[in-house]
Amino acid sequence: MSKRVVIVGGGVGGTIIANLLAKKMRPELKKGELVIDVISDKAEHFYQPGLLYMLFGIKHHDELVRNEIDLLDPMVALHLHPAIKIDKDKNEVHLKNGVIIKYDILVLATGSRPAPEMIPGLKEGGNWFYEVEACRKLRHELMTFKGGKIVLTIGLPHKCPVAPLEVSYMMDDWFRQRGLRDKVDYTYTYPIGRLHGLEPVANFAAKTFPKHGINSETLFNMKEVDPNKKTVTSLEGVTLKYDILITIPPHKGAQVIEDSGLGQNGFVPTDKFTLKMEGSTNIYVVGDTTNLPISKAGSTAHFESDIIVENIASELRNGLTPFRYDGKVFCFIETGLSKATYIMFDYNTPPNPVTPSALIHWFKLTYNKVYWLTPMGIL
Amino acid sequence: MTEEELKQIKPTVTVDARGTYCPGPLMELIKEVRQQPVGSVIELISGDAGSAKDVPEWLNKVKQEFLGVIPGDGYWRIFSKKVKDM
Repeated sequence: MSKRVVIVGGGVGGTIIANLLAKKMRPELKKGELVIDVISDKAEHFYQPGLLYMLFGIKHHDELVRNEIDLLDPMVALHLHPAIKIDKDKNEVHLKNGVIIKYDILVLATGSRPAPEMIPGLKEGGNWFYEVEACRKLRHELMTFKGGKIVLTIGLPHKCPVAPLEVSYMMDDWFRQRGLRDKVDYTYTYPIGRLHGLEPVANFAAKTFPKHGINSETLFNMKEVDPNKKTVTSLEGVTLKYDILITIPPHKGAQVIEDSGLGQNGFVPTDKFTLKMEGSTNIYVVGDTTNLPISKAGSTAHFESDIIVENIASELRNGLTPFRYDGKVFCFIETGLSKATYIMFDYNTPPNPVTPSALIHWFKLTYNKVYWLTPMGIL
Repeated sequence: MTEEELKQIKPTVTVDARGTYCPGPLMELIKEVRQQPVGSVIELISGDAGSAKDVPEWLNKVKQEFLGVIPGDGYWRIFSKKVKDM
């Protein structure tokens, strides 16, 4: 009797796992001993880091999209219907079209989304670039901006923890190129008492912000936004006025996770080494979907996927799951429109940003073009 | 609270942030305090010596209760209580 691996979510983590597993288990797939399904509510696969570039007109929407079916191995079955319920006791995924898919092994790759509605007034008063339409709106605001106060605020949790820094450095360069920098008062806020969660990155920002003319306000956690008065107030009691409020909204996980009772706010309790859902022997969790206190980033999902695929293959072939995730994350950090640095870290090794260079920036631009090889399981 | 009293606490939720550099222990705690109901006790386990100082400072700023710290071998167990909505 064939085994069935079902992956809920067609983002970077879900797609990599499907493709790597299909490669690794080709003999079993060909003999009909294994079936791999991907369930996704979207026909298109979107390269989310590209939104940072779309904001400044460097990338166009069409460059950031591919059909999910074109990225998937032909031996993987794609179901383009939203999952509405996961029954972990019966090993079933229920789709919106009424189909019920049974699984032997389940991978939860449902991701996270900005949830500005979690902060009163933020949806009405804030602008963000983490979603296509919101990014287009903010781009329009910036293109017609003649000067004034820009405030950047950050909600928790959020994905891509370096993006708030990147957008700040890039905006500084962008306004300089447009001859407007002296008319823009830019304030970067951060939830804790330094400029970034990673201390070496925070030190890097503290050293470079003055050169970029970026003001900062630390220990700032959004409490509410008043879109009429154009003010944002923090839990810590500070109120800032703005002309444009740019925000990284707090994020939530997928509704199906909450509705199925698998995790508060859509994030699933997960073992940091095995990446199995706590208390489960046949459910793996990848990327933003975990509740792990680590970066919600495509690179995290990428490195986790390698471990999950090895363990699933090993489990199916010999009943063993010996592989452990070591917390590896790699992130580029754009430090303007022409230079970048990067960080790499794991559970035992803290990050250390290197001196920014044009070469690293070009490397990032190149990766933006070849990203599609990552979900395909090639890079 | 004394260390002995802290050891008796059964937290509503425990966040083990050891070995995680990003987003970092304090941000994990802020997220948790925001999403848990009033009355919840949150235990943060941090491998960052700075947390034993940062966490009480933040709790004091936002008027939530700091219960205390139990030092471990290279980590700190930090207890807090959500006493009001935020």
